[in-house]
Amino acid sequence: MPFDKLRTSGPLAAWYDLRDLGHYARSLLGWLGDDLGAPDWVTYVVSGVIGIVAILLWLLVSQLSFIWIERRVIGRMQARIGPNRVGPRGLLQPIADAMKLLLKEAITVRLADRPLFWLGPVLIFVPAMVVFAVIPFGKGMTLADLNVGVLFVIAIGSINTVAVFIAGWSSNNKFALLGAMRTVAMLISYELIQVLALLGVVIFAGSMRLGEVVAWQSHYNAWLLFLQPLALVSFIIAGAVEINRSPMDISEAESEIVAGYHTEYSGIKFGFFYTAEYFAGFAISAVIVTLFLGGWTAWGLEEWVPGWLLFLSKLYLVFFLFIWTRGTLPRLRIDQLMAFAWKFLLPLALVNVLIAGGEVLAWREGDISSNVALPVFGLANAALAAQLIVGWGTFMGHLKPERRAKRAVLTQELGAIYYVPAGSQGAPPERPLGEP
Amino acid sequence: MDDAGSVIAFWLLAALTVGSALGVVAVRDLIRALVLLITSFLGVAGLYITLSADFVAVAQVLIYAGAISILLIFAIMLTPRASRDNAETFLQVPALLLAGLVAFTIGFISLQTDWPIAERGGFGETASAIGEALLDKYVLPFEMASVLLLVAMLGAIVLVRPEGTPEE
Repeated sequence: MPFDKLRTSGPLAAWYDLRDLGHYARSLLGWLGDDLGAPDWVTYVVSGVIGIVAILLWLLVSQLSFIWIERRVIGRMQARIGPNRVGPRGLLQPIADAMKLLLKEAITVRLADRPLFWLGPVLIFVPAMVVFAVIPFGKGMTLADLNVGVLFVIAIGSINTVAVFIAGWSSNNKFALLGAMRTVAMLISYELIQVLALLGVVIFAGSMRLGEVVAWQSHYNAWLLFLQPLALVSFIIAGAVEINRSPMDISEAESEIVAGYHTEYSGIKFGFFYTAEYFAGFAISAVIVTLFLGGWTAWGLEEWVPGWLLFLSKLYLVFFLFIWTRGTLPRLRIDQLMAFAWKFLLPLALVNVLIAGGEVLAWREGDISSNVALPVFGLANAALAAQLIVGWGTFMGHLKPERRAKRAVLTQELGAIYYVPAGSQGAPPERPLGEP
Repeated sequence: MDDAGSVIAFWLLAALTVGSALGVVAVRDLIRALVLLITSFLGVAGLYITLSADFVAVAQVLIYAGAISILLIFAIMLTPRASRDNAETFLQVPALLLAGLVAFTIGFISLQTDWPIAERGGFGETASAIGEALLDKYVLPFEMASVLLLVAMLGAIVLVRPEGTPEE
């Protein structure tokens, strides 16, 4: 391992060393394994349980706080007050909401597919929470530092699609199904962009282990935000799609399809979706912070301030960005989102991978000192990113008007079989055949 | 495969994989069958992890549980409603015979073979080794496969394209 100084500090850390909260768990495990002689799998299970409970508690506290923060902030952005009745400044509003969701009846529609209807809200938690297993929260504070961490993050995110689809399908409601199919179509488009964006990161860091990526950024004092701005932008957009945040929340667009895939869910089952949405938001923010913003390191500041505190403050800042966009931008249409993924982001992401590969090759083969190479790459990539975004946008926007797509051809052709009554040649389609 | 944890994990994952695979065949509703199929894929991914093939395991989740299942969802959704169940077909008996034959062959061979026990320990990191092999030694087959897939994709797009250019 090239970056040994950033690795686990071992059981020698003093009990008051708050920089590494993991050493409490490690000394407990050491006591279990060495002094009590418990077999390997017992310590393994115990460490897993400790990690899960810690992550879950942190997630719940963060979520309860951010429900209040988000509602107040959005209220302020929209020139209204927001919740201010329950407790001082409405601080107890999230708790009141949680109690309400717990006590309300969770209705199951009669024609719903019962096992799947029950499975949907349970499954939606899996991707949002499992991602945190590979996230390094601080020095030695990783539950499982997988060597395929980056790939793991993407793979787990793809499970989200299945959960949303199950929820939408089993509700036996056309709005729910519409929302679910929108999610499926969107996620398979933006997953590609996520992969390509993270490929640039992996090319630079030379490892898929998240701990190594953080160590690389700390070693060269260069956050990947500066080296891969294009990848960061496309990853943030794709992340917003994955976690269903505005302006990409078309799978639950309340002005179009009631509430999308969770239309039929009420009570605590709806609460599950609501909670999982926040968890997924924290997960995406955590991935962004780890891969692009230096994780728990900040140019040596981590020696003085606990790394996990730095990590959490960065995470909350990134999450605030998602709240901000939600309060600022209007919702996009589905064909706009799909066209944006395939025609705009995908070519840029491919070009970005090419640039990153070329730069790393030049750096390695040319034996350039990192003090020269990284600033040059950073400036060049920032300029290139701006040029590419503006240039490609201008090019796409100034095509010949007759060549610009007016409607999504394929979706209309395959969407439904239209019934044209006899005698009315070329009349506009009246209703699809399949509908009752 | 010597400590208790690996053995427990193996039997749990094997039961999950085989049980849900049986469910895929037995269940009437196609969407439920799909969910069980995804469970089976995840079980296989878990089995790969017990074999310390971490890259293959994650690729299994990404490609099978994430992508192939979405493809199946699209396939089911684009099928007319009447054929959207797991009903009996005239192929049931031949398929059962064929499956039985395959199961018998695999079982027979695996029982007959004298399996050698590897001397070396577990693998280290497999991801970088696989990447180097794909882009170094086997770069030609790798590139040929990608061109083939691209051609197949273009062919599919050409096939579903409406005749001529759309007016408006």
